[in-house]
Amino acid sequence: MNKDPKLLVQAPPLLRQQLTTPSAMRDVIYALCPIIFASCLLFGSSALLILLVTVAGAVITEYLFPLNGKRGESLHDGSAVLTGLILALTLPPSLPLWIAFLGGVASIALGKLVWGGLGQNLFNPALVGRAFLMASFPTAMTTWSTEDLKQGFFDIQSSNFALPLMQGQIDGITAATPLGQMKFEQQATAFDQLFWGNTTGSLGETSAALIILAAVFLLWRRIFDWRIPASILLTVAAFSSLFYFYDPVRFPDPLFTLLSGGLLFGVIFMASDPVSSPLTTKGTWLFGIGIGVLVVLIRLFGGFPEGVMYAILLMNAATPLIDRISQPTVFGHGRSATHSRHTP
Amino acid sequence: MGVFTRLAKTFRHGIHPLGHKEYTEQLPIQRMPFCARYTLPLNQHIGVPSSPIVEVGQTLTRGQLIAEPAGFMSTALHSPVAGKVLAIAPRRHPNGQMLESIEIEADPFNDQAFCAESFNVEQDIDFSTLAIEDFIAQVQQAGIVGLGGAAFPSHVKFSLPQGKQIDHILVNGAECEPFLTNDYRLMIEQAEQLLKGAEIARQVLGARSILIGIELNKSRAIKILKACANSKTTRIVPLHVKYPQGAEKMLINAALGLTVPNNKLPRDVGVLVNNVGTLVALAQYFDQGMPLIERIITVSGPGVERPANLIVPIGTPIRELLRFCGGLKQSTQEVVMGGPMMGSAIADLDAPILKGSSGILAFTANESRTPKEYPCIRCGRCLEVCPYFLNPSRLIRLAGARDYESLQQNHIMDCVECGSCTFTCPSGIPIAQRIKAAKSEIRHREKLNKQ
Repeated sequence: MNKDPKLLVQAPPLLRQQLTTPSAMRDVIYALCPIIFASCLLFGSSALLILLVTVAGAVITEYLFPLNGKRGESLHDGSAVLTGLILALTLPPSLPLWIAFLGGVASIALGKLVWGGLGQNLFNPALVGRAFLMASFPTAMTTWSTEDLKQGFFDIQSSNFALPLMQGQIDGITAATPLGQMKFEQQATAFDQLFWGNTTGSLGETSAALIILAAVFLLWRRIFDWRIPASILLTVAAFSSLFYFYDPVRFPDPLFTLLSGGLLFGVIFMASDPVSSPLTTKGTWLFGIGIGVLVVLIRLFGGFPEGVMYAILLMNAATPLIDRISQPTVFGHGRSATHSRHTP
Repeated sequence: MGVFTRLAKTFRHGIHPLGHKEYTEQLPIQRMPFCARYTLPLNQHIGVPSSPIVEVGQTLTRGQLIAEPAGFMSTALHSPVAGKVLAIAPRRHPNGQMLESIEIEADPFNDQAFCAESFNVEQDIDFSTLAIEDFIAQVQQAGIVGLGGAAFPSHVKFSLPQGKQIDHILVNGAECEPFLTNDYRLMIEQAEQLLKGAEIARQVLGARSILIGIELNKSRAIKILKACANSKTTRIVPLHVKYPQGAEKMLINAALGLTVPNNKLPRDVGVLVNNVGTLVALAQYFDQGMPLIERIITVSGPGVERPANLIVPIGTPIRELLRFCGGLKQSTQEVVMGGPMMGSAIADLDAPILKGSSGILAFTANESRTPKEYPCIRCGRCLEVCPYFLNPSRLIRLAGARDYESLQQNHIMDCVECGSCTFTCPSGIPIAQRIKAAKSEIRHREKLNKQ
């Protein structure tokens, strides 16, 4: 031994597992890729433009307002891109681009930065952006056109290019989403159409098959807590079955409720957002059950056909409370502690 | 292994780091040749430092008492070599501080044979009738401490308050720290001695049975001990491979299904836990009169040229140990004493091996890089691994706010700093380190309040 190498002195433990926050964000983005691809095929270049513009809105906002550290450093964790993508996939394809951009800005500014940045926000940022757009532009946000699906890939809907502060003319006849049809006309959409995704709706919410594929990928990569999707879907299935068996004519069957609208997308990509969901195991179950009950109640009895967004936002607000009441019993405390002796 | 796997037990939560035992698990224990100088810090156990009874220049025999216990929470210290006292002065301790130590120069012409004359240990003691006070005094005179890493004086563990009865002697052969194989090699090479030590403890305390907890990655040790053990009193408990299974309360929970209450000790549920190395040291003392002057240590890691399991005299400089193992590779970036999860990084290679040192591990930049830290995203993974069911995410948030009252309400003092939370955190936050800092701040404040 000639000379000692320079030795580092660090606090233990020395070993770390592989997963990091940016790699988890990247994995979620990979999981979104098939959905993004499908939405571009289905809705043409309109979808692509909306995705680009929304992500740009999110990323530019994140870049302009660095909370701590150097400007642009917080972009490395990938969360701004992810928020933009998720928000874009909840928007209708005919939305004017300037509105989509504004949504991206609002989701980062109001959904994340005002709270203190990544990890501090109470609500899911993408949903905050969407709620902002729903409140500001209710018509544009709920207009689905028959033209959406008839587009060739290179046709772009003229409404996308509406000037700022203007809303474009929708081509063709407006069409109801499957949930709208159910709510206002009691007309169910066929199962295979819902499953494979050949219906009107937001960019990303139409194909159940692709969302399930993404969920399987994320579970395999151990990115998200399986308890949240499991508890929401089980609750929705159980609760809506109750209504369906009570009056099958008036209420949709559970399978329709599970596959239609933004439920699957919201469950996989927004409710399971770790930042805005509870920390504790028990808490995640309560959180999921709460969302499930609210989704069914809003869809069946509320004014809107869709309730996933409000259900998740309401339960986001309840998260600190859930965390408080669901603390695990510390080892050696409480009832589990034992003085008794037993022979093994 | 099917049978063992089906019978295997474990505790709840915890993590599964890669074992990395392959570096050294096949290497038999080797005796390291004596080197020129040894440094023995007076403080190498939990409690009060021992007080020296030798003078500078004094000649020593191997195994001679050089420092006496300074009170009950203290233990004896013996010379690991024949030689003479060079100095009694502050020397570098592995923890980085300069602490009072006895420096000994080995006599190069001595054959370093152990002479048991200085010890009058009776042969064929009947341990079931030996007065517990005598036993405790002898264990303290032998300088035996817990060899698993904490170096808690063993005689203190054996002193039970009136009315406490020990049912089970639980032998800790979990060795859940990655890289370390010293306990494994000891279990397969010195099984008889280990069982003898456990039997001594059982008879002295009048315990019903001996349980030996061993993780499944050490199946050979399970087989060998099964074959050697007296099945009437001794049972081998196979354990699933999981960290931190070797933590005392986790091991009790895994092997016996008992939960030790938060402010209680294992003896309150009728269990006494001892590391395998400690029991072998006990047997060696009562067999040959040999006090604790050497121990088995694993030298391993990607930064070491020739990994090994060695018997080394206590007080051997880390530098000499590494030199015997071919030295450090130039890519080495960090040297750790103990395991990679709970061990501490060494800044000065002249610091010595202590009674509690179970390993010297060298890591290159590949393993020992500080990950970039991101904000906590509340993923809850730290809650899912914490063996004490704490909420590490909340604890570091409260620690950041210096809210010491809430920290205590959230049971921060129960944390054993196993580091599972840091290991699992995807945001690269040094959670255990922050909790440790907050704990010492709380202790400091309590001390101030008392004054």
